[in-house]
Amino acid sequence: MAVHKRAYRPYEGPLTAERWRFLVLPRYGLLELFESRLLTAFAVLCFVPFLVEASAIYVAHSPAVRALLEISSASDFVRTPGFFVVTLTVQGWLAFVLTTWVAPVLISPDLVNGALPLYLSRPFTRAEYVLGKATVLMTLLSAITWVPGLLLFALEAGLAEGWGRQNIRIAVALFAGAWVWILELTLMGLALSAWIRWRIVASAALAGVFFMGAAFGEMWLEVLDGPWGRVTNLPYLMGLVWRSLFGVFSRESVAQEMLNAGPGRDLPIWAAWAGLAATAALSVWLLDRRLRAREVVS
Amino acid sequence: MAPVIELDRLVVRLGERTILDGLTGTLAGRAIGLLGPNGAGKSTLINTLLGFHPATSGAVRVFGADVREAKALRRLIGYMPESDAFISHMTGVRFVRYMAELAGLPAEAALERAHEAFFYVGLGEARYRKLGTYSLGMKQLAKLAQAIAHGPRLLLLDEPTNGLDPPARQRMIRLIREIRDAGQMHILISSHLLRDVEETCEEVVILREGRIAAHCDLETERRSNRKFVELETAGSATSFTTAVQGLGAECAFYPNGHGIARVKVVLPDAVEMRELFRLAAEHDVQIRRMNYRRDSLEDIFLAAMKDKEKKKEGEHGRP
Repeated sequence: MAVHKRAYRPYEGPLTAERWRFLVLPRYGLLELFESRLLTAFAVLCFVPFLVEASAIYVAHSPAVRALLEISSASDFVRTPGFFVVTLTVQGWLAFVLTTWVAPVLISPDLVNGALPLYLSRPFTRAEYVLGKATVLMTLLSAITWVPGLLLFALEAGLAEGWGRQNIRIAVALFAGAWVWILELTLMGLALSAWIRWRIVASAALAGVFFMGAAFGEMWLEVLDGPWGRVTNLPYLMGLVWRSLFGVFSRESVAQEMLNAGPGRDLPIWAAWAGLAATAALSVWLLDRRLRAREVVS
Repeated sequence: MAPVIELDRLVVRLGERTILDGLTGTLAGRAIGLLGPNGAGKSTLINTLLGFHPATSGAVRVFGADVREAKALRRLIGYMPESDAFISHMTGVRFVRYMAELAGLPAEAALERAHEAFFYVGLGEARYRKLGTYSLGMKQLAKLAQAIAHGPRLLLLDEPTNGLDPPARQRMIRLIREIRDAGQMHILISSHLLRDVEETCEEVVILREGRIAAHCDLETERRSNRKFVELETAGSATSFTTAVQGLGAECAFYPNGHGIARVKVVLPDAVEMRELFRLAAEHDVQIRRMNYRRDSLEDIFLAAMKDKEKKKEGEHGRP
């Protein structure tokens, strides 16, 4: 029917599969995000460390390039788990910045002008809504964390025969560690954005939770000389989990030095996992409380 | 006619408050008006139909399906909320397309129907503008467009003329009538504006304090009151009313003093209006004013409110 014919007609065509309908949200979400040039530029910037690290691996394996650059000896560091922990740490921080930017953009516009009842008046549940919005973040964060991490692993494995098979734990740790961080960031980002409708305030709150928590944890450590305050330090908890996944606890570990760890100053690993799990559970609870079609004030 | 909405002792409590208190009834009209003062439970009933609020007890069915199966049912429902509901940075057509896709339409069909819906509600020229730049009237029409784009069988309109100026209100009423007359979907309109409901609906449910205060078929009411005449007379009203009763009409008069009286007459179908003039002349009665009227929705509404008050007073032992 031509659009100029002003008459209503019912829809009798086919419907999309219900189980994949949540993917409508990431499709629209990603399209809208990349309409911003600034965000596109930042997303490109996130791949710069990857290119540097890939170059380092290549240089370490190429005597010709080393000779050209006048580097006397090849570094073995690119072959160690520590190198991949550093890689993941750098990409993890970029993922954090991206989350503070993107998460409020995803949720706030729906809440500011009351669009949520429109989503939920369709054959679409709250869980699907969260899953759809989370998919946008998880796609972006995957693209800058475990995907380049595994590409680096593949590059190293390709250049050093037998290294890949011997160090498969690094690939598993990269994938699993990145996903723990992605889930943590996604849930926290969405939860805070759902409660704070103003985008900039939501971004600031997300940054605040990370930095204030970290500052509190480190102050506790210095003043009370005990590690338990560090349970509020999310980057530290994540770092601890990563180190346990990669199996790098030796004093020579660069990551260990970076994270100010040492005997009696670190939390047990189970506490790190528990802290992260509690944060994720709290985020889910906040989302459940907030994302409702109608708010009931008793 | 097959029932659209069936209410079976429906109770909805939110927190400590009982908002809907044992609603029972069957609604089957093409356009159903949901009337009531603020806080009567109109929006809560709509939210319950959408599955936003669970029934505390009792049941509610839409097209025979329990609303607890809300997900499947929502495919058949289009919803236009009372308050603002849009995504301000999206263009009108993109927003409606997005909503249609969430309702299950494939992307291409959703785009086509989004354009159609925008032209249908009269916003064709503004469809590429961002929703945040729309006027209040345009936002209301955009909300209507997203509610009909996926082709629902039941359209829930919560205060559709809220905040509209008279021309915009007229446009909205005209659209609702067109949708009703097209016969493709049922409409449930929640409003506290009697005129809106009177102009668009054929069946009315009046809520008060979470209960059904009245439920009537407006068409039947209109038909039954077609011969209801109200007169103001000067002269001997007693003999005149006796003569009118002689025609087989129901008649009552209320003297206002100085020989002036108000006479209410319900004429049988076979009796013509001119018979009243003939009898008035015969009995030397002046007819000073004549209203050929029917019970308006306002009368029905006020009667429903009054009945409730009386019942309440009775419950409290007052006369």
